[in-house]
Amino acid sequence: MFSGLFLPAVLNGVALGAVYALTALGLTLIYGVLHIINFAHGSLLMLALYAAFFLYTLGGVDPYLAMLVLMPLFFAFGYVLQRFVVQPAWHGRDENVLLVTLGLAIVIDNLALWLWTSTTRSIDSRYAFEVIDLGVAFMPLAKAIAFFAALAFGALLWALMTFTDLGKAIRAVAREREGARLVGVRVEHIYAMTFGIGTAMVAAAACLLLPTFYVTPQVGYAFVLVAFTTVVLGGMGSFIGALLAGLLLGVIEALCGLYLGESLGQIGIFAMFILVVLFRPTGLFGARA
Amino acid sequence: MSARIAGCVLLAALLVVPFVVRSEFWLSFWLLVLMFAFLGQAWNVLGGYAGQFSFGHALFFGGGAFGTAILQVRHGLNAYLAGAVAIALTALVGGVLGYLIFRYRLRGAYFALVTLAFAEVARVLIASFEYTGGGFGMLVPLAHGAANFQFSDRRIFYLIVWALVAGGCLIALWLEGSRFGAQLIALRENEDGAQALGVDLVRTKVLALMLSAAMAATVGVFYVQNFLFVDSHIAFGPAMSIEALLVTIIGGMGTIFGPLFGAVLLHAVGELAKQITGNAPGLNLVLYGVLLILALRFLPNGLAGILGRKPKPVRETADA
Repeated sequence: MFSGLFLPAVLNGVALGAVYALTALGLTLIYGVLHIINFAHGSLLMLALYAAFFLYTLGGVDPYLAMLVLMPLFFAFGYVLQRFVVQPAWHGRDENVLLVTLGLAIVIDNLALWLWTSTTRSIDSRYAFEVIDLGVAFMPLAKAIAFFAALAFGALLWALMTFTDLGKAIRAVAREREGARLVGVRVEHIYAMTFGIGTAMVAAAACLLLPTFYVTPQVGYAFVLVAFTTVVLGGMGSFIGALLAGLLLGVIEALCGLYLGESLGQIGIFAMFILVVLFRPTGLFGARA
Repeated sequence: MSARIAGCVLLAALLVVPFVVRSEFWLSFWLLVLMFAFLGQAWNVLGGYAGQFSFGHALFFGGGAFGTAILQVRHGLNAYLAGAVAIALTALVGGVLGYLIFRYRLRGAYFALVTLAFAEVARVLIASFEYTGGGFGMLVPLAHGAANFQFSDRRIFYLIVWALVAGGCLIALWLEGSRFGAQLIALRENEDGAQALGVDLVRTKVLALMLSAAMAATVGVFYVQNFLFVDSHIAFGPAMSIEALLVTIIGGMGTIFGPLFGAVLLHAVGELAKQITGNAPGLNLVLYGVLLILALRFLPNGLAGILGRKPKPVRETADA
């Protein structure tokens, strides 16, 4: 039983972890630059899952293709949210941002509940049942795609931050806000851009997730805690850390689910979060901020 | 001073409710508003006065609720004894967790998230064991009588909860005038400064958390005595944690009557929306979220802030 279930569980965990990582990349980017926790991150993921779901069921748009529409759309949405909702409530106090994004999460989650009820929805795309044979285990094709796409997006984000002027400006603002302002960087614009990019990553994660997952209005809440755990475990603001931590958490969740059962299995993630925050708040891979 | 006068008038008006309101529905409604006002006051002690924003106060509410239900149902304890033990145990749990959390200097967003994680762990654990009611929850057998702390006349219970809320306001009043309260406000405004002045940060915060936990647990105990039922989702779910912080932030953090103002306004608006829209699920919560966002943007001191007297300014740090 050990060898029979263990490897597939680990592989499944790695694939799930890649999507966790992708969700967390957006969150860690926002944290690294704005030094705020975006509590609405999970709710935005839920919204993107619904968007991809309706594009598929009403418009017949493949979830992977939907990425081309949803990423720019969610980028714009994130930009506007930061600029006109989050930023004005800041008043120089970081707790306010945490609370205002909590308010956003409450609004988005319950609007979804009101509009689409709490019915669990999923799509049955043609590749949902296709599997690839890895020799030791079978893996659904969609999960393999999600894994490699998540890695690709991670690399893309890294390239954006390293090689472009925008990336340079974002890093400058993250490092020294007032200094960046003095040399002509429009700080408020960069904040909103960062929030937008983080939100676009969430849209990408949703499109990769939908073929093998489901969507309900509550799904955001489940994800937001996982995303925080990933970010903290990886070291706040670290991309590589977020990637590795996402994979690790996926495996932990899969193994806890396998050995503790479905309901108790959720504890693995929360316990991990508490332990890391208490005993190693800089994360497993992070340097001191 | 006018915020305090308005608060006293509101409190007096709420005392009259059971003598003029005949409808069972509205009596239950105002009873629930009072319970949430006291839950908000519990959050206010820690969040408003000590500046530690908990996102997991459901943990303490649930501790009181499940504590008293388990002690009564599984161990046959008398309702009063069970309630008292549950409150004391929850305060103790709060003390241990607080010591762990504050010893490692967690604050701000980290504190908020770790309290949320603790509440979630409790929710999953409680739902996983037969002893704690499993997925179904706990039912306390109906046995009306003052000896069982169950009243067939809801008005008696209402008056008891009203007294609790009045007591909560007195606790806040005491905080504003006492040495302990001054220490809390000092560490809220500037932790390093407070420490330099000799405030023991860990000890002060742990005590504030224990007081806050005991107050939230009291609401849990009263909730069970009123509804005779609780499950892990009601008790430990995020809705209860959000309720606690929402009423306080909208009403005014660090003010005596803030939680009461917030609870009355929020639930009046929510109930109105329900009546107008025909009980659409989720819509009243959308309104709560919108009110929270608006309050953060335009009312940094909540409703108590518009009612005249400027409360002592909450910390204004220019930089992150």
